[in-house]
Amino acid sequence: MSTSPHNTFPSPLPVARRTGVRANVFHGKPASSVTEFPKRPMFEVVVPKVALDSISLSYKTTSGERLLALDNISLEVAPGEFLCIVGPSGCGKSTLLHLIAGLQPQTSGKVLIDGAPVSGPGTDRILIFQELGLFPWLTVAGNVEFGLKMKNLPKAARKEKVEYYLRLVHLSKFKDSYIHQLSGGMRQRVALARALATEPDVLLMDEPFAALDAQTRDLLHDELERIWSETGRTIIFVTHNVREAVRLGDRVVLLTFRPGRVKQEFAVDLPRPRHMEQPDVARTSGEILACLRDEINKSLEAEYADEKAR
Amino acid sequence: MKKLARQVVFYCALLSIWAILAKLRIWPPYLFPPPWGVGHALWDGFADHSFWIGIMVTMKRMLIGYSMSVVLGMILGLAVSSSKFLEETVGGLLVSLQSLPSICWIPLAVLWFGLTEKAILFVVLMGSLLSVTIAMEDGRKQMPKIYAMAGRNLGASGFRLFWSVLLPASLPFLVNGMKQGWAFAWRSLIQAEMIFLSLGLGQLLMMGRDLSDMSQVMAVMILIVILGYLVDGLIFRTMERRLQAKYGLTPA
Repeated sequence: MSTSPHNTFPSPLPVARRTGVRANVFHGKPASSVTEFPKRPMFEVVVPKVALDSISLSYKTTSGERLLALDNISLEVAPGEFLCIVGPSGCGKSTLLHLIAGLQPQTSGKVLIDGAPVSGPGTDRILIFQELGLFPWLTVAGNVEFGLKMKNLPKAARKEKVEYYLRLVHLSKFKDSYIHQLSGGMRQRVALARALATEPDVLLMDEPFAALDAQTRDLLHDELERIWSETGRTIIFVTHNVREAVRLGDRVVLLTFRPGRVKQEFAVDLPRPRHMEQPDVARTSGEILACLRDEINKSLEAEYADEKAR
Repeated sequence: MKKLARQVVFYCALLSIWAILAKLRIWPPYLFPPPWGVGHALWDGFADHSFWIGIMVTMKRMLIGYSMSVVLGMILGLAVSSSKFLEETVGGLLVSLQSLPSICWIPLAVLWFGLTEKAILFVVLMGSLLSVTIAMEDGRKQMPKIYAMAGRNLGASGFRLFWSVLLPASLPFLVNGMKQGWAFAWRSLIQAEMIFLSLGLGQLLMMGRDLSDMSQVMAVMILIVILGYLVDGLIFRTMERRLQAKYGLTPA
């Protein structure tokens, strides 16, 4: 198989768009003039907090073929920006987060934090896994404290931070509980507190709310938005749910299906706080979804083809 | 409660049959002692401190030998599970060595260390080392990968990653192998003690044989069973239950 994707996946997009030039940005109309959240300086900043410089990733399948998973992805994320990445399942969006977190090396390209390339994991970027990966042998407080211990913080400072971040996610009462004693939404909040406690500049979130019921998810959206505005972290949030992306993000990046490329970017200028059911959120989601539909179809076709081949 | 009642009835019946057979004198008492004879032997053994000393000596050897095998086995298991090369070479050797009964190490131990404490500890070590090593290796393989990733993500690496993530994460998988290792060590030790003349329960057992004292032989056998069961049933099973409760795993 050729390493060039253009032979196998003819792209309808002009080259400029794939190399990360912000073309064809969709601006959602603000629904009202009331802006409760302070407007952030988003795109004027010179050094981006996170920059992906033509990231590609390919790997060998069990049959020996080389499969291109991510193709020449370039992205820039401003400090304090809330970026959402959406794409059909199998587009490599989770893998992209692993690369940024330094848990896996890319085949080519660079991940830059504040302009400096990263190699390996670092506590300046914390990833919240889809499966959370909370430690069952530690209490809630122990989980939140873990990263602080690894940073060799003295005990008093650790205790103070643990208390602060547990308060932030409303879990102070449960600090001595074990993980299996908590509900799904509470576990999510522990994972969030554990990630926040190390005070990373960048928070990477991999479909964190996918397994939750709608009510819990809405509640956690509100909390995440509040925490984001209180702490000013840069967030890169991966989801397959377009509405969730529009609900949360300053900007939504759409990835193509296998190999993952940046198909299009959408700036979301809707005032905060937003809600999933808001008409303008729905309208913006509709625009993005129309664009995503092709990719979803492609992913479904690939799945059916796999089934036929079997 | 019902279970306990059934067990009590069972053991009473067993003792009664034993007593009746002994009373019938089908075999002479020096070959088939009555339960009260064995009870007497137990009493005497504890009264003249020989059983106490035997238990102390045996347990001390167990603790030293077993601790050594746990530490060494963990290091070995960790090394084997972290490198493909070691897994294919050393890993294979360990599995094949497991088919060797630990008593087979006695001649080697005697030649290397003489009839000393070291030789006994060596046999105990070899008896349980392999189980612990294989358990550690399996534990690390079975452990969900997410914990290691989450640990690295939060800034853990090297020894701290092992100590605060990999070890606790593999503990539920490890405890079973540790239990098995203990059982193997226990068997090896008693076997070794029966051959070496060096105090301990195994030697008390052999002393019973040498004196043609069947009551003492059976008394020591009962003692070995009870001690083995206590450690396995009370210590290890409680540990297992606690771990499962803490980790939120359903009891197996």
